[in-house]
Formats: sequence, C-alpha cells, structure tokens
Amino acid sequence: MQLTDRREFEGTATLHGVRRTVSLLLCPEVVVGDHVLVHAGFVIGRLDEQEAAATLALLDEGLAREREANDRAAGEAAS
Amino acid sequence: MTDAGPFHDPGRVAALAARIERLAGLLPRPATLMEVCGTHTHAIGEAGLRRLLPTNVRLVAGPGCPVCVTPVDYLDHAIALAMRPDVTIGTFGDLVRVPASRRDSLERASARGADVRIVYSPRDALALARALPQRTVVFLAVGFETTMPTIAAALTEAEATGVANFRVLCGAKLLEPPLRALVADPELRVDGFLLPGHVSVILGADFYRFLTADCGVAAVIAGFAPVEIQQGIAELLEQLVARRPRVANLYPRAVSAGGNRTAQALLARWFVPVDTRWRGLGSIPASGLALRPEFAHRDAAQLAVSLPEPLEPKGCRCGDVLRGSISPPGCPLFARGCNPDHPIGACMVSSEGTCAAWYRHERPVRAADA
Repeated sequence: MQLTDRREFEGTATLHGVRRTVSLLLCPEVVVGDHVLVHAGFVIGRLDEQEAAATLALLDEGLAREREANDRAAGEAAS
Repeated sequence: MTDAGPFHDPGRVAALAARIERLAGLLPRPATLMEVCGTHTHAIGEAGLRRLLPTNVRLVAGPGCPVCVTPVDYLDHAIALAMRPDVTIGTFGDLVRVPASRRDSLERASARGADVRIVYSPRDALALARALPQRTVVFLAVGFETTMPTIAAALTEAEATGVANFRVLCGAKLLEPPLRALVADPELRVDGFLLPGHVSVILGADFYRFLTADCGVAAVIAGFAPVEIQQGIAELLEQLVARRPRVANLYPRAVSAGGNRTAQALLARWFVPVDTRWRGLGSIPASGLALRPEFAHRDAAQLAVSLPEPLEPKGCRCGDVLRGSISPPGCPLFARGCNPDHPIGACMVSSEGTCAAWYRHERPVRAADA
C-alpha cells in the first residue's frame, strides 16, 4: 500500500483505489508517497523500492550465469 | 502485493527450481526445511511450490500461525469472559471459530447471547470501548511480535485518552523460544528455517544471530511472493551444501538489520516475558508475553470468571502438525470429519493454518503423504 495522506499520527494508505485509515504510531518516520507495510491497522514498516530492484538485479545476474554455464555444458556434451 | 510483477514471474520461478534441483544433488543427506510462518504456508500452497521440490528436500510447516498455537484453555477463558453480562469481546476474525474445550467456540457463545465483535485492528476494539462506555471491552491479544506492538499502541492510546473500559486478554507468543525448541527436537531434525517476513520487519535480521551461533542451522528471511520463496529455499540449500550456516536477509526491501525500534520499545514498555503453553509444543519458559504488573488495570485476566477443565479435541493431531512431525494428511481427521466448514482442530480454522492451507491447495496431490 502507498501512504497518500498523513495527519499527525494517522494517515491514509491506498492500494488499487482501496483506502484505509492507518495509525502511524509504530512507524512515525514515514512520509507521503512511501510504500508501506500495514498490519492490523498500523503501518509497521516501509518498503524500499531501491532494495527491491537491487535484490532482483542480483537474482537475475545469478540466474543468467547459471544459464550460460548450462548452455556451455550442453554445448560440450553435444560436441 | 499484487499477483503480477517481477516477484511472481514464472520464468524466474522455473529457473530457481532448476537451481534448487542442482543444489539438492549436492546435499550430503536429505534436508528438512521449515517455513515458520502461516502466511508462507499458504503462499507455498497457492503457488504449488512444494510440488516443485526435489525428493530429498522436505519442507514442513512450523508453528507460526498464532491462532493455531493458542491452546484451548485460552479460548475457554475468552468464552468465560464473553459470557459475563458486562463484557464485549473484540477479536480478529479467525479466532471465533477455533474449537475450545467440549467443542465450544466464541461463535457458539455468540449464539448463546455473548457480545462478540470481529474487528480488523486493536484500534477498532478501542473505538468500540469508547462507543460502549457502560461495558468492558476485552480485546483478545493473540499474536507474535508482529501483532503485539499494534496492541501495545492501542493500549498506549487508551491510557493517553482515558478510555478506562478497554482491556486485553494476553495470549501473546514469542518467536525465539519455539525455534530453539524445534532445533532441539530429535524427531524433526530441522536443517534450516525459512523465517517469517513480517515478524522480521519488527525484530530485524540481527535478532536471529542465535540460530547461527547457538543452533548451527541455516536460515533465511524471505518475502511472500513465489520468486522470493524459491530464492529463500535455494539460499538454504546453498548454506547446507557449503556447510556454512548464516542468517541471510533476502527481504531487505522490508527488513533492516535492527528492525522497528519504535515497535520494540513499545513492546518492552507494556509487556514482560512469561512462561506460556503452546498447542503441540507444551509449556515453554519465557515464550509468551504478559502485561507488566503496573498495567494490571488493563488485564482482562483480572476479571472474575470460572474456568472449565481444558480438553483438547479428541483425535485431533494439530499438535503434531505444528511440530512438523506429520503433514496434515497424516492426521486421521484430515478431510474426514475435519474441514474448513466444520473444523475440529485450530489448524483447519485460521486463514494461516497449515491444515486449511493443505485442504485448499495440496490435498489432491499429497493425499497419500503422511
């Protein structure tokens, strides 16, 4: 969900147009625009989009290496 | 999270399945991995990931469904409170159908006239207390370190705004003690844990150092999308093959090293560790939370009720399922008398329950598995 509005210790979190009032007591540092994790009506953490991209890049790099190794092994087996 | 996007990509899931297959071929002996969290159990079932596993890798469900590990005497207590004429119960929805002693439940108590309200948040229960000043509103505080800070926050709000008629019945559970107990279980012989994502948001990755230092088991913090779960399983196998256990954080977009300090501080302010009983695991020292003595005025256990002798449902093997010693089809009641419409045991009720997940997603394929 994304924080689309905040008042002092409350805010509005939105996902696909569904809006929920959430408490920010457990995560007062969030700002409007943050992707947030909501549990039982409370924001409990932020979701870091940069970290998500980094995790994915690292995974894809590893998978590409494995694919190359497989292709090489298959090539050697065929020759 | 949505069902599309890079973390649900079938191509990546397939490539990771191949990686898992290759690593499994390098294992010195068959491996037992445990997904601790009920949300993982459902995500694994829904995506059919258990079926993709090599035969020498066993993935068993753990005790991370809070409703499932709550013993019958807690439910008996909640029902006894619900039957008091001055009490309104506020609870998360999945608790109302969990069988208590003698097949009673909060749902049945409600049919007998008890005032039981399902709420989405402890704050809703607090709002209920404001709206019903003549009654005592008791929130059923069942959960792990993810949920308990939300209850501490609601209690803080109740104190700050002078809502005197709001209390909690504390049935909280902590994550570390059962993990240690499971590692020590000679029957289970767990080699690695797929650690719960949301508890880790609160506790932080560093919290799990004891798993490496004291227990020597593999561990990974993973998200709930299929790609993230597959990545987690591959990471666990890599650690086992290399014989280098550690706590890998593959969910850094949500989990930091130190966790949510605000939530941790609020937990410590309101609660102290206490010995508590778990369905399936028995009593474990300092594995639960109780309100600090100075907050006795918020403790629903202080209200006078008479409690029946606790009685677990006959034939139900939820306890063995929660310990990972059998899969749900190994229980004689699974899909034979016990199903989500007529649950006999707690694991069939909760949306996070292992039996409910297997009933929905894994029954046709693994019916012969025990």
